[in-house]
Amino acid sequence: MSIEARAADAVNDAQDQPDQLDQQRLSELDLLEAESIHILREVAAEFERPVLLFSGGKDSITMLRLAQKAFHPARIPFPLLQVDTGYDFPEVLQTRDNWVERLGARLIVASVEQAIADGVVVDDGRTSRNRLQIGTLLHAIEEHGFTAAFGGGRRDEEKARAKERIYSHRDDFGQWDPKNQRPELWSLYNGRIHPGEHMRVFPLSNWTELDIWHYLAREQVEIPSIYFAHRRRVFERDGMLLSESPHNPLRDGEVVTEREVRFRTVGDLTLTGCLESTASSYDQIVQEVAVARVTERGATRGDDRFSEAAMEDRKKEGYF
Amino acid sequence: MDLLRFATAGSVDDGKSTLIGRLLLDSKAIFEDQLEAVESTSRSKGYDYTDLALLTDGLRSEREQGITIDVAYRYFATPRRKFIIADTPGHVEYTRNMVTGASTADLGLVLVDARRGLSEQSRRHAVLLSLLGVPHIVLAVNKMDLVDYDQAVFDRIDEEFTAFAAKLDVPGISVIPVSALRGDNVVERSQHMPWYEGPALLDYLETVEVRRRSRVAARLPVQYVIRPKSQEHHDYRGYAGRVTGGAFAPGDEVVVLPSGQRSRIAGIDLFDRTLETAPDGLSVTLRLEDDIDISRGDVICAVEAAPEVTRAVEATVCWMASAPLRTGQKLAFKHTTRTGRAVVGALATQLDVNTLEPLGSPESLGLNEIGQVTLRLSQPIVTDSYADNRTTGSFILIDEATGVTVGAGLIA
Repeated sequence: MSIEARAADAVNDAQDQPDQLDQQRLSELDLLEAESIHILREVAAEFERPVLLFSGGKDSITMLRLAQKAFHPARIPFPLLQVDTGYDFPEVLQTRDNWVERLGARLIVASVEQAIADGVVVDDGRTSRNRLQIGTLLHAIEEHGFTAAFGGGRRDEEKARAKERIYSHRDDFGQWDPKNQRPELWSLYNGRIHPGEHMRVFPLSNWTELDIWHYLAREQVEIPSIYFAHRRRVFERDGMLLSESPHNPLRDGEVVTEREVRFRTVGDLTLTGCLESTASSYDQIVQEVAVARVTERGATRGDDRFSEAAMEDRKKEGYF
Repeated sequence: MDLLRFATAGSVDDGKSTLIGRLLLDSKAIFEDQLEAVESTSRSKGYDYTDLALLTDGLRSEREQGITIDVAYRYFATPRRKFIIADTPGHVEYTRNMVTGASTADLGLVLVDARRGLSEQSRRHAVLLSLLGVPHIVLAVNKMDLVDYDQAVFDRIDEEFTAFAAKLDVPGISVIPVSALRGDNVVERSQHMPWYEGPALLDYLETVEVRRRSRVAARLPVQYVIRPKSQEHHDYRGYAGRVTGGAFAPGDEVVVLPSGQRSRIAGIDLFDRTLETAPDGLSVTLRLEDDIDISRGDVICAVEAAPEVTRAVEATVCWMASAPLRTGQKLAFKHTTRTGRAVVGALATQLDVNTLEPLGSPESLGLNEIGQVTLRLSQPIVTDSYADNRTTGSFILIDEATGVTVGAGLIA
């Protein structure tokens, strides 16, 4: 069978089996959901001050949905933290606010611009907002005394992430030590930390991009509209399609055209590219992702293109 | 679609990375930009061929040394199954990382080089997989192209491994001749080995019936008590946790351990739905008919075949710290959702990591050594044997000063 036929089959398979809970055998989405909910509950029970890092993107929305399920009918027993680069898409901020209101959650916004104004991080004009998020995030974690921070990172995204534990220990400088990770056995997570240290926890470790889309399609929850195909004024830079914006001044030779596009990831709009697409529903996105030939980060994230170890280096410093 | 978690083991030279690379490539789990990056790195380093190990060795230090230090997780799916691969390191000094990867596996895939046959390392991997209760082991005899697809070579290794594996506690053993480089018997059945009548590796992985070893009745270690304290749900009290070992249904009689109080299940909630059954593996919230005192660390159990409540355990311990384990040592433990302190009693027997044969009574257990140990606990725990239930039969030991996980325990 060809790869495309297999992928199409996989899509049909998932659509034919929306709910298998009445059977003894759980679907892969049910198992992933159960594992993530288990992790969310462990952290809520064992850590004094957890926080959920919420960007408003598809992964953090999935994580928030799982948290909503984990503690229902109670409210989520921890706040959300968003690191606002100042260059976020307005549609993403709108979705963020809608979720916060719907869940009655508490949102803390750590602003990169405020961090620059306060001298917490230094904007030398060359460092991207993505990189400046690291210092802003670590400062917010320290300022609020958070002992655990949920991140939406997945192991299929990138090869350094593929190595990371579900409970990822950070020292009092916020650093990850990849060569010296704690053994992590069964589902017995070790949450011991010393004062000043914290744990990054990745409940979506075992999800793939396609799992996320299958799950969002199953749950039919709100995500930012820019994930779906829409008309947008864009220009080409470094092989990516970037959005026209006051934050994105055009360089010589760059021309703005209007195209039908959608975003595969949402981040800092100066670095996040979109792709030409007509996928305007969850099902169409699932079809598109199932036959994609390029990774989501490779396709649309300028921040990962600097070197082979770009993610490992940022993670060591305390990145998401 | 269901899920199969498998752990791969074997040394670098056995072609493990090539095999994983081929499974990922042929199932479309590697993307063009990833392949291009690996090809360009291979070219710039002057290699003759594309080094697929660069795909899985995700850390700078691993790429520099050309070895796997820590577990990497890989994902791929076919129409029949989703797969999670824990790609584990082969060297004996990274045994603890191998154990990390194998602890959640349903199946172990061990590679050997057809020219060399079984190595000490491949035996050790099979032994560790057996110890961790992994119910299936597939031995992939690789590089068959380099022995001219000779059936006699394969038969010799097959017989030797089957005889060796008969001593292990693994119900499902399969041996498959492959060439990862040429693709023989990986995704498609090979034309070169008409004498082999079994399935290709991927076909086997897609169809193998996963015998999860939860042979006793249902348990739910309580993680979190849900009390909304809101107007709408004023009296709601739910016990949140993940079901293991069997299924719960409303009306079932249950016993809460260690206290021994009994009640019945009033309802099973999963978000906005109430369920007719909560099968093994699902995270749910149970409501009980009676208002009894239950908190995190307690276990809600089916009344038949209830687990044991004990303050002393005999267990096989894999030691993972460079400072040795000694009699009289005090440690923290975590078992299901309960944490407490443990004192090490007798170190009864050390086991040979390569054979699991007893080596006599040790003074101490060093890094990556395995032994049978008795522990006395500061509070009672609710246990099954590891062979009956991985969740209620396992625990970790934690160094109280550093907070680091230093041991993995499997209850006898």
